[in-house]
Amino acid sequence: MRKQRGLSIFAGAVFAFLFIPLIIITITAFGENPTIQFPITGFTFQWFTAVFENQSFMDSFLLSLEVSLLATLLALIIGIPAAYALTRQGVKGKSWIKSFFLSPTIIPGVVVGYSLFQFIVIRLQIPLFTGLLLGHFLISLPYIIRVVGSSLEQLDFSIEEVAWTLGSTKFKAFISIVLPNISSSIFASFMLAFINSFNNIPVSQFLSGPGISTLPTTLMNYIEYNYNPVVSALSVLLMLGTIILMFLIEKTLGLAKVV
Amino acid sequence: MSFVDLKNIRVSYDGKNNILKELNLSMEKGELISLLGPSGCGKTTTLRVIAGLIEPNDGTFTVGDSNLTKVPVHKRNFGMVFQSYALFPHLTVRENVGFGLKLRKEKKEVIEKKVQAILEATDLSHYAERYPKQLSGGQRQRVALARALVIEPQLLLLDEPLSNLDAKLRISMRIEIKRIQRKLGITTVFVTHDQEECFSISDKVAVMNNGVIEQYDSPEEIYKNPKTEFVARFIGFENFFALTKQDTHTYTTSDGTLIETVHSAGRQQTTGTIRPDDILLSAHDQEIPSNSLAGTIRVRTFLGKSYQYEVETSIGKLLVNDVQVPGYQVGDKVFVVIPKEKLILV
Repeated sequence: MRKQRGLSIFAGAVFAFLFIPLIIITITAFGENPTIQFPITGFTFQWFTAVFENQSFMDSFLLSLEVSLLATLLALIIGIPAAYALTRQGVKGKSWIKSFFLSPTIIPGVVVGYSLFQFIVIRLQIPLFTGLLLGHFLISLPYIIRVVGSSLEQLDFSIEEVAWTLGSTKFKAFISIVLPNISSSIFASFMLAFINSFNNIPVSQFLSGPGISTLPTTLMNYIEYNYNPVVSALSVLLMLGTIILMFLIEKTLGLAKVV
Repeated sequence: MSFVDLKNIRVSYDGKNNILKELNLSMEKGELISLLGPSGCGKTTTLRVIAGLIEPNDGTFTVGDSNLTKVPVHKRNFGMVFQSYALFPHLTVRENVGFGLKLRKEKKEVIEKKVQAILEATDLSHYAERYPKQLSGGQRQRVALARALVIEPQLLLLDEPLSNLDAKLRISMRIEIKRIQRKLGITTVFVTHDQEECFSISDKVAVMNNGVIEQYDSPEEIYKNPKTEFVARFIGFENFFALTKQDTHTYTTSDGTLIETVHSAGRQQTTGTIRPDDILLSAHDQEIPSNSLAGTIRVRTFLGKSYQYEVETSIGKLLVNDVQVPGYQVGDKVFVVIPKEKLILV
């Protein structure tokens, strides 16, 4: 029993260490003082209004939304067939391809961002928006391949074979038998990739430019010059959005299976 | 020419090792044949070649007058039941069973009627709206069977369909399968590693080993007269000893004892084999019986309906099952009698 209590105190301390900063940020978003202060004096929603009145925040929010949505959809279109091929077909060098696709999650974001910058912006001179989209597509793909791939691995391959013997072509069997059975993991991988892409800083930082800046990069730049509760308010909104998405994933698949 | 013909089928995944080599198998219309063998013998591969899930490297596969070797799986119209049942988890029993008919673009009323008929025939109409995970193992098995049968397939292929059921259900399901197969007169290939199951259900059995068919005969013939040592071992012969031919039906063991058998071998050197159940024991103080060897009981094991003895003789250890009570004790001297109609030469 004593050992157990020691463990729960330790776990509690870890959680406190993780969550107290977030709680403090949340509280500071409601203070009346024009610089971030804790504890706060007074109570106001004015910083939240300020977030919505700030044109560059709103522009970059819409851009972020657009880039993340398009990039993740693109990653789904490429990633689902890729995951299927990796699990079902006897692809040569399967494990190499797998680790290659997962590499953006292992290699530090700055390295990925820098190499994409070198390649996309400097070498190929692709337009900013397309380049940003491409970068986000690349960092989204591993999530799709990994999550969809693991649920494909758990799916009994013989249900496809039985569909073939019943007269279904391979394509039809994939659409009518495989897809419905992995739909929840497709949704979960979409959400994960979307959150990751939306919140990404290193890749966006390297690939953005005049007029093309995602919300996290805009926020970073804003903090450099302004230290007021607008930052806290925006952070709270971002956290809220992420929590809602995570809740949706939890409802559809269970987080434990995905992460 | 037979109804179903597999000719010189060779399957190799890597180009070096053959999973199946020179495999020949023919079936008549309406027959139920079994592919029997240990795991890795190629029986499932053979079934998958028939189904079209594996394309053979060499050989031809014909049904009736048509060569199906290159015909893709979805155009073959064979019903298949997998070991895992492979029910579609997101569809109800009714939708599972109707899946094949829907693909055949039949009229809605026709589909409904056929599905209802097969659900009734397989005793599933009460569960039609349930999902696979709400069913028991036996019910799932019946759904898989119904789904394969409703498309009125030319061949029915069963890949160890009973191995996931408990012992009691297994017996009633195999009777059920046999009944339906007979009623519909559907040519069926049944893959199993369980010899009792296979003998009880099949018209013919192909015993497989290492990618070849060792013997293809009726169950009775295989049980009584295994042609090779592998087949004999697989179906329960446990005593093997070398024999030298003296005359058509007379042989000598390695220590020179004369043994007679009703069978005959082509070769000079051959192997004799007999089931533990078929050997008789007689006490040492009796007069020496014919066709017998002297031996000593080394191990005695109680099996329930009989005792199993390990008897040491001049030609090695022999296993004997004997029902006599109180039986023999370890160390007893006995005669091991080998009935001449039970000694098989392989």
